[in-house]
Parts: sequence; structure tokens; C-alpha cells
Amino acid sequence: MTDRTPLVEMRDMNVAYGGVHAVENVSIDLYPGEVLALVGGNGAGKSTLIKTLSGAVIPDSGQIYINGERAEITNPRDAKAYGIETIYQTLALAENLDTPGNMFLGRELTTRFGNLDDSAMEDAARKVMKRLNPKFENFKIPVARLSGGQRQAIAIARAVHFNARILIMDEPTAALGPAETEQVANLIRTLKSEGIGIILISHDIHDVFDLADRISVMLQGRLVGTVDKDNVTMDEVLAMIIIGKMPGEVTQSELEELRG
Amino acid sequence: MSVTEAPPGETQHHEPIRRPRASLTSALRSAEFDLRTLGMVGLLIVIWVGFHIMSGGTFLTPRNLWNLSVQFAPVAIMATGMVLVIVTRNIDLSVGSMMGMVGMAVALLQAEILPNFLGFGHPAIWLIAIGGALVMGGLVGLFQGLIVAYAGVPSFIVTLGGLLVWRGVAWSLSSGRTVAPMDSTFQLLGGGSRGSLGEVGSWIVGVLACLGIVAILLYDRRQRRRYGFRLRPTWAMVTLAVVGSAAVLGAVWVMNSYYLPENVAMQVAQEQGIPWPEGGLKIPMGISYPVLIAIGVMLVMGFVANERRFGRYVYSIGGNPEASELSGINTRWTIAKTFMTMGILVGVAAVVTVARLNAATSGLGTLAELYVIAAAVIGGTSLAGGLGTIPGAVLGALVMQSLQSGMVLMKVDAPLQDIVVGIVLVVAVAVDVVYRKRAAQ
Repeated sequence: MTDRTPLVEMRDMNVAYGGVHAVENVSIDLYPGEVLALVGGNGAGKSTLIKTLSGAVIPDSGQIYINGERAEITNPRDAKAYGIETIYQTLALAENLDTPGNMFLGRELTTRFGNLDDSAMEDAARKVMKRLNPKFENFKIPVARLSGGQRQAIAIARAVHFNARILIMDEPTAALGPAETEQVANLIRTLKSEGIGIILISHDIHDVFDLADRISVMLQGRLVGTVDKDNVTMDEVLAMIIIGKMPGEVTQSELEELRG
Repeated sequence: MSVTEAPPGETQHHEPIRRPRASLTSALRSAEFDLRTLGMVGLLIVIWVGFHIMSGGTFLTPRNLWNLSVQFAPVAIMATGMVLVIVTRNIDLSVGSMMGMVGMAVALLQAEILPNFLGFGHPAIWLIAIGGALVMGGLVGLFQGLIVAYAGVPSFIVTLGGLLVWRGVAWSLSSGRTVAPMDSTFQLLGGGSRGSLGEVGSWIVGVLACLGIVAILLYDRRQRRRYGFRLRPTWAMVTLAVVGSAAVLGAVWVMNSYYLPENVAMQVAQEQGIPWPEGGLKIPMGISYPVLIAIGVMLVMGFVANERRFGRYVYSIGGNPEASELSGINTRWTIAKTFMTMGILVGVAAVVTVARLNAATSGLGTLAELYVIAAAVIGGTSLAGGLGTIPGAVLGALVMQSLQSGMVLMKVDAPLQDIVVGIVLVVAVAVDVVYRKRAAQ
């Protein structure tokens, strides 16, 4: 993998909020067709880090390279122009708009007179949703009245429709039941096989081991390290998350204490 | 399909007990009739018939309805803009004072300033005056909007300040004098005895409106067929076309059943060289210009709200400001633009009102903000943001004006009128809150 150009390379990212280092000198990279899990406890800085990539937070310092080229991302529009789509923990849907309205928010299809082409947007929404959630039919009602899984599908559909090359998923299954979680997992595998790079933030260590190729662990704003999933055990990753020690550094007794 | 369209709570849970009602509801829903709007129309009919009976048959007369339509126009015009402002979770308390200031400026412009350069009655005066009103309103609105959007001062405070400031400016402009008279062409916009389309013009507008309704329905059907979406049932399309056209033509008929006052009719007869007949001459008024302007504003604003990106963003900001920002929408500029739109509409309303009064006083538009906000809210605009429609607000304005006009007919004292309007506002919103809660479940 290392001889290929990374899809995304973030170098020495720093973000501080009023003297508190939310992200401190963090560097991560992501390759095409790879799922990189970003894990860590609450307040570890995962969300802040990925927000610098999606344009929602401007870093104090650090560089982002997309396909080896320096990228300037200062707002969400810049990020979308680089093919970066983000599915936020809070879903970022306008509750009062319908499904096509949300899918195309900020990038509406228009007729040649610049009027909204609602029929074309509904048509496109139906086509994408057919792939993701074939039973879905309520295209014209406000998304406030849809279930968690349906809303998640809309958020993912938005990314899929706009041909994301880099997909950031912040806790995509946190609000979902087991069946819906499995649906999302299958979707991640499909997208991955299509060569999309996915950064997955998750609290669920089983999800992470199920889906990820590599795992980057953050603790208190710093990167503990990045490991290949196949070379580590769950306990070793837990040790990274909780006490910030890499698999080689951690002692047997510390591992047992964690298990205890 | 029609089963999935209806909210699960209504068709499934109550099915055994309330079947007839549920099936009526779902029939209306599958026809895509808006139940809220139907409710508003129902309320309006109740008010009209109620007043007609209580006032001894004077409410539903061409004369009263014609006057009501002229008086309702300025509030309706401003209410369409207030919807957008409130939908973005803001408020504009300054519209009444702004209307006073713009109205005074427009009056001074045509009564005292422009005649010095152009001479009285110059045909450019009324055009410059109207243009000036729109530009001034737009700039003042934009100024307030920029403070709200970019400086982050709550709109309640910015426009409360505006309420005081613009009223003060209105007074200072003329030192409290009443400025009159207006340019004679400008006066027509107020819908005085000459400010109407007349019989033939009104019927032409009516027929065009009917054709417009049919054209929109057919376009909608064509779009659905093109993409293979579910079509509206034919009965619903025909009902909409027939009821819509009947309402339009009925309104034109009422407007045409109100005649010019005898002295004006006599003047007209003289001008046109028609001999004055024995029993007098009945010249129909037709649709007044303020009403025509209000309808035009409603169509444009409805179009902007539903068919343009700007309108879509207004609603998305009201629904979820953060999501809108993350979607790459320039939320601040969008909010500033809603205030600018509001300001332009205040300019339109100021023109209509000053033209109707044929004068501007420094008190012009006092308390108008409350009527405008009330119209929007009664029309279904939620102060929590994200919800509200332009036609709803216009209906709301009609409800407000009907109440007021009905009470005047019944010779209710002014203080009691205020009490009734205040109570109706609170009750209307309370009913709406309950309705929405039940609809959300």
C-alpha cells in the first residue's frame, strides 16, 4: 500500500480552542479503497480532526494533500469540490425539507432558467435510494417524520449521488438498530470495493474490527499511532485508546488490568 | 402506495373506529390538498358568514368586500416578506416604522422635491417615486439584515431599534407635518375611485388567471408523467381547476358589481362624452390596483419561496442552520437577503398606502408590524422557524382584515376591536400548536 499515492494525507494538523489543544500535531493518511477507522475516547479530537478535512473547522496549522497535491480547504464547498463528503453524527439534515430537498441541499438541480427542478431531483433521489434502501417510498414528506435508519440512508445517498471519492462517516451507526447497522456495513463494503476511501469514526470496537483496514487511535488531541487491523488484537487497540500505549510498549499486566 | 403516504398513526391505529374520517383524510391527502389551507379557507368562510348575519346583511356586499380588498393589500404585501424572515428564525419589528419613513420620503420626493426640477405633473415623477421607495426600503432592510447576519445581533433587538429609529426619521423628515397631495398618476396605485382596472380589464385578468391555473396543473402532470411519478387523481385535478377558476371569476364578478360613486361616474361620462342617462350610469370598479399589486407580489414571492434556490435555503436555514452551513450554503448572506426582500416589500406597501391616503403623515404605518406578524402567524408560519407559506400569510392577512372590517361594520368600539384581534391571534396560534403536535405524532 505504501508505494501508492495516498488519497488524503493530513500532516501536522493543529487546532486549538482558547488555549486547549483539541488536535495536536496529528498526521494521518488514507488510500483508495481503504477504510481507516479513527477511534478514541470522548474529547480525543477525532471529530475536530475530520472537520478540518470537511471544511467545517479551519486548522491553526498543518497541511492537507489530496492525491499528492496540496489542498486548500477553508469551507464545506471547498471540501465537496475535492470529492470529500461527510456524514455527520448529527446527520445534518434540514428536518422540514423532504428527501430530495436534503439530498441536493446546496447543490440543487435547476432548469435552464435557474428554477429548482424538483422532479429531476426526486427522480435522482429515487434512483440512488433504490440502491441503498429499496423499500423507501416517502420522498415527499419532511424528513423529521422518517426513522433513524431512513434518515441515515438519505445522508449516505447524498454522498453516493455526488460521487464521493473520500467519505467521512462520523458514528454512522450510533442511532441505528442491528438490521440497519448491518445495512450500513454492507454499504461501506460496497463503496470500498468501488475504490472510495472511507474514514470511519466509531465507538464500537466490533464495528471497527469488522470494517476497517487500518486503525488510527487518538488520545487527548494527539495521535497514539496507526496500526494494521490484521496485526493487532482488540485488547491492544483498547490499550491504545485508554492508556495511549502502542502494542509493543504495553505490558501483559496492563492488558490484563484492562480486561479485568 | 396511498397507505404509505398517510401517516401511520392516522390510518392504522384508529381504523376500526374512525374509518370514514380517516378515508376522507387520506383521500384528500392522496389528492395532495393541503389540509391546513382548507382549514384556513373554512375559517374565513365562517368569519364572513358570521359577520354577514350579525351585521344585518352588510358584510357580504360588493361595496364592503371591495373596500376590504383594498385595505388588506398593504398588510398582505408585507406579510409575504415576513414569512421568509420568520422562517429563518428571525423577526422584523421595524416594518411599520420603516413604512412610515419610506412613505414620508416618497411623499416629500413627489410633492416638494421633484416638482422643483421637473414641474408638477411630470410623467417621470410617479416612476421615480416608486423606484425611490423600493430602493430605499431595500437598502434599509439590507442594512438591518447585515447587522443581524454578520454582527450576530439578534433580529429582535436590531429591528426593535429600527422601530424607534425609523419612526424618528419619519418625523424629522417633515418635522411632523402631513405632506400632500400626491402626483395624480401615483394616486391611482392606492385604488381610489379611479384606481381600478374597470370591467373589461378585470374580466381579462380573471380569464388569464384561470388559464394560468390550468396551465400549472397540466405542467405538473406532464413533469410527473415524464419521470413516472404517481399522478394526482383526475377528480382532484378537475376539482382544483373548477374550484380555482370559480373562485377567481367569482371574485372578479364581485369586484365588478361595485360601481363608481355617482359624482365620479358623472365626470367619467363627461370626459368620454357619454350622455348622462336618466337613472344614472353604473360603471363597474373592477379589481383595484392595490389588490392587483398584492396578487402580483404573492405570485412572485410564492415563486421565489418554492422554485428558487434562495427560497429553498431560507427554509433549510429555518429547519437546521448548522446543516445548511455544512451543505455549503452562504447562510449569512441568505438571511441578509430576506431582510432586504422584506424592506423592498415595505417600500411597495408604503407606495400603496401613501397613494390611497393621498398624503403621508409621520404616524403612517404605526402598529403595522403587529398586523403583519399576526397575518403571517395566523397563516401558519411558525416562530420556531422552518415552516410557513406565502399563500397562508395572504390568507392570514385576509382573516385579520375581515375581522377588523366586520367589527367596524358592527360599530364595535376601537379598544374592543384590539381586544378581539389580540385574543384571536393567541387562540389561532394555540390551535395551530395543538394541530402540529398531533400531526407530528
